[in-house]
Amino acid sequence: MRLGLVIDLDVCVGCHACAIACKEWNASGTIGPLSDYQPYGAEPSGVWFNRIRHYEMDEYPNNKTVNFPMSCMHCEDADCVTVCPTGASYKRAEDGIVLIDQDKCMGCNYCSWACPYGARELDRSSGTMKKCTLCVDRIYDQELPVEERQPSCVLTCPAHARMFGDFDDPDSAVSRTVRERGGYPLMPELNYNPTNTYLPPRRKPVIPVETQPKGGLKESIKQFANKLVRR
Amino acid sequence: MHPAFSVIFFTVASGAGFGLFSLLFIADTFKLGGGFSQDQLVAGGLIALALVAFGLLSSTFHLANPKNAWRAFSRFRTSWLSREGVFAVVFMPLALIYLASIMFDAPLWLRETSGFLTAVLAWITVFSTGMIYACLKTIRQWNTPLVPANYLALGYASGSLLLLLGAVIAGLDTTPYIAMAALIMAIAAVLKAIYYFWIHSPGLSSTINTATGITRAKVKLLDTGHTHGTFLTQEFGFQIARQKAGLLKVVVFALGFALPGLMLVWVFTQQGGQWAAIIAAVAGLAGAAVERWLFFAEARHVVNLYHGAQRC
Repeated sequence: MRLGLVIDLDVCVGCHACAIACKEWNASGTIGPLSDYQPYGAEPSGVWFNRIRHYEMDEYPNNKTVNFPMSCMHCEDADCVTVCPTGASYKRAEDGIVLIDQDKCMGCNYCSWACPYGARELDRSSGTMKKCTLCVDRIYDQELPVEERQPSCVLTCPAHARMFGDFDDPDSAVSRTVRERGGYPLMPELNYNPTNTYLPPRRKPVIPVETQPKGGLKESIKQFANKLVRR
Repeated sequence: MHPAFSVIFFTVASGAGFGLFSLLFIADTFKLGGGFSQDQLVAGGLIALALVAFGLLSSTFHLANPKNAWRAFSRFRTSWLSREGVFAVVFMPLALIYLASIMFDAPLWLRETSGFLTAVLAWITVFSTGMIYACLKTIRQWNTPLVPANYLALGYASGSLLLLLGAVIAGLDTTPYIAMAALIMAIAAVLKAIYYFWIHSPGLSSTINTATGITRAKVKLLDTGHTHGTFLTQEFGFQIARQKAGLLKVVVFALGFALPGLMLVWVFTQQGGQWAAIIAAVAGLAGAAVERWLFFAEARHVVNLYHGAQRC
């Protein structure tokens, strides 16, 4: 099994609900707490496993806002695991989830240096590195109804921009969607083989933006009248 | 990258210590300039070990959870950081055996074998330190074989200047020590110059387009999505002005290479200008520290592409 996420950049509305749901679940999950520093102060900061950035692609009038959620990619060739000197970071053989053993981490930051995606963040209060667990304490929970055995971020997304599934199974929903929509990994040139896959924004017709309405005789009389009234 | 002073002190001090110890072995084997006495060799060896030990100790100060530091020896097979720790720890007892065999007049084969093994291990340890940085694909300025080469050359250059100071204090013929220091410093300076030339042009590197996968148009960051800084911006956001970096490179060459080189001439003409040797050693170490600070300051991690950089 190779579990991971598909993120649809075409429908993500950038509401940050996935980040909030992630924080809410994981703060009390196996890797929690996710410390906040000065949450109500002048410089609020803290540990988040999921961060959403906002980009603009192309230039006016063809520009488009792209909301960009990012969390751990659970890479096939995860350098964060190989560089870890203590063995705290590991990749599970059975489902490919990359995890950090909080009891072994010494907080050297080396794994965060090796990660190109900024998925790992140091918790300054516990002194250990923390990262997305793909809600490992949720997806295998037999107590939950089957449809809820998914990462928090996926369940909460109001736009259905996130999908969770097994990338090793060619017939899984994620694999099929990636094939159909031309999903791609981020920074493939670094050869980390990330599992998480992004679906590109769809090509849409350009919306005309001329301010002058085109019209015949009726329209020009209307404009003439408007000008008269304004005077 | 954020330049952490504990790591800068660690790499400069331990590099100089490992360099000094290996060169001390060479000076002892070939009796350079008449050869150090037993006591002088042991004193020099202990100074080198102290530099290494203080360096290693200082490196633990940048750990957020140092109580687990002992676990860092466990991933020898994959992690360069682990390897460096293991080699540094194996180095210590071997170095002590070498010093003991000098002190207690052990048979020559033991002295030479332990000394040789210690020198080789010192080389391997400094190489591992360099590889900690060079193996990271995420930082273009570090992912080059020039990095371990620079670490080795600078470590040995600082060590050779310290050894020269020792030779001056011990009243030996300084000519071989001057020649050794001059040669190693010249190599270090050339390697550093090649490194600065190399990182100047980006070559093939990740861009905001490959980072977002949107390669069909220009992409620019609108909003990072966080109110204040995060761990990522604090650790990787550090940026140095191009002009300041250029100025510091001049400082590296003036302080680290030119001034000690000038002092070598002074020591050579006077046959034992103690002050000149002291200035050379201090300037060499200070130059190495500036070089190390710049090494971190100039490194641009690819995660900056997600915080607005167009190219790393």
